[in-house]
Amino acid sequence: MKDIARNPAAIATFVLFVVIALVPIVAPLIGYGFYVNVFARIMIWSIAAVGLNLIMGYGGMVSFGHAAYLGIGGYTFGILSYHGIDNGFIQWPLALAISAVVAFVFGAVSLRTRGVYFIMITLAFAQMVFFLGASLDQYGSNDGLIIYNRSTFDVGGVGPNLGDRVFFYYLLLALLLLVIFICWRIVNSRFGMVLRGTKSNETRVHAIGIPAYRYRLVAFVISGVIVGLAGILMANLEKFISPDMMNWPRSGELIFMVVLGGMGTLFGPVWGALAFLLLAEILSSFTEHWHLIFGPLLILVVLFGRGGVLGFVERLNPRHA
Amino acid sequence: MPESRLEVEALTKAFGGLVAADAVSFELEPGELHAFIGPNGAGKTTLVNLLAGQLKADTGSIKFDGVPITNWSAAARARHGLVRSFQITSIFRDFTVLDNVALAGQSRQGHSFGFWRAARNDPALRDPALRVLDQVGLASRADVPAGALSHGEQRALEIAIALATEPKILLLDEPMAGMGPDDSERMIAFLGRLKRRYTIMLVEHDMDAVFALADRITVLVYGRPIATGAPAEIRANAKVRQAYLGDEETAAA
Ligand SMILES: Nc1ncnc2c1ncn2[C@@H]1O[C@H](COP(=O)(O)OP(=O)(O)O)[C@@H](O)[C@H]1O
Ligand SMILES: [Mg+2]
Repeated sequence: MKDIARNPAAIATFVLFVVIALVPIVAPLIGYGFYVNVFARIMIWSIAAVGLNLIMGYGGMVSFGHAAYLGIGGYTFGILSYHGIDNGFIQWPLALAISAVVAFVFGAVSLRTRGVYFIMITLAFAQMVFFLGASLDQYGSNDGLIIYNRSTFDVGGVGPNLGDRVFFYYLLLALLLLVIFICWRIVNSRFGMVLRGTKSNETRVHAIGIPAYRYRLVAFVISGVIVGLAGILMANLEKFISPDMMNWPRSGELIFMVVLGGMGTLFGPVWGALAFLLLAEILSSFTEHWHLIFGPLLILVVLFGRGGVLGFVERLNPRHA
Repeated sequence: MPESRLEVEALTKAFGGLVAADAVSFELEPGELHAFIGPNGAGKTTLVNLLAGQLKADTGSIKFDGVPITNWSAAARARHGLVRSFQITSIFRDFTVLDNVALAGQSRQGHSFGFWRAARNDPALRDPALRVLDQVGLASRADVPAGALSHGEQRALEIAIALATEPKILLLDEPMAGMGPDDSERMIAFLGRLKRRYTIMLVEHDMDAVFALADRITVLVYGRPIATGAPAEIRANAKVRQAYLGDEETAAA
């Protein structure tokens, strides 16, 4: 505990979560009610970024196609909802299972390659899914599809549903913390040590008798499922699905969030998503040409802010200075 | 007493026009320390890569305790006890020293599909890892990031990782590479203690080490073994003196 108390990054992260928890209570009181939605979106992107960070930050696999799983999660939920199946107990497991299967197939092929080839092949697979989504005429093709009902979780007529804004918000917070907790267990487990080992020195992992491929593949599937979950949540929040949610810029933004927050740290992706989305929100309220500022700013942070936002806070610690 | 044997037959590997291993045949007898010497570029590291599975041979066969393993992956070979160390240090630089060795030990304990329990404070991983570190004199450095070790310490860790897998056959590629005389001497003494505990192939440049430690020596020149025998025979072999030892003596003179 003492260590945490003296660690600025841990303090900052703790404060951040307190703030996130207070947003639905405080924001409407001071006339900033729309920030509830902003923070809900931040949490959803955080979940996705945590998922990508598992393979990118801990396993050295830079997937440029993780938006595919946002789309698969979102579309599975959206299409079921369109056909009148609102029950989350059906929608969610199915969406996560499809994410897992697709991640397994894409990963099995992509992980045969390394470096730039891996980046390109994950991108290519994701664009395949994007074009598939854009070709679904029944579900709005390029224009997307408005969804009327969020997931319900009733058992025999009672139970929560995501139409309740406050319930939805705190469910997001709980899921974000749960996903981070799961990743924390994973990266410190035997499996996690192998995963980190493959990032550090894959040749040696083989030389000590560990077949790295299957561990990397399992990590890739877990990562895809986590991002699939974020996709379900995103489509629920926006009540809308469109191919845009799985187009390549979304994959790029996810990578940016992970790098921006601090790769290979548990809470870094949350900081990355926060910084990315808040900056976009704030800059876009000043000028419609906000992309012209946003892009270079991101590049500067990535180039000069080693370790991302969390790394920066970490360096404020006098013991590390 | 170790009982593992390696039989290598007509192993060949070419890089383009360059034949780095030219129909190499030999055996590692159970428990022997078999040294390989030869000038730079003779193909010693290539041979280790072929045996440990980092490279696939063009032709030829490898048998490990009678089982053909020529088509096995590097991981499968190591899993069965054929384990190498690297001439160019190959450690997990951002892991602690202990985690380096613990990960190698993890490999011996079956699959690593444990997703939940923390590996770092698992005594089943820590205790054996600490014992191996103790053997190589790195116990006091257990919690240091491996990248922060001195060169000599990194070379010791290089061996410790291989030992932590509980190998049957050790393929050591120039364990003394880049070491000063003091570190070298310590490493030679350590290798002496490993002798007879494993079947060992020792690739080494350091002649003192080779003649002090080896039961048998094979001399490799241009990818081809030109002589095999006890240290005294090798010292007396005219072909070897001309091709290799002679070079060194004239160079030293
Ligand atoms: N991956 C490779 N590609 C091309 N040539 C290689 C490769 N590895 C080694 N060689 C060449 O094979 C020869 C043997 O190299 P090596 O096995 O490293 O020798 P040694 O370990 O005895 O010094 C050298 O001429 C080297 O340049
Ligand atoms: Mg060599």
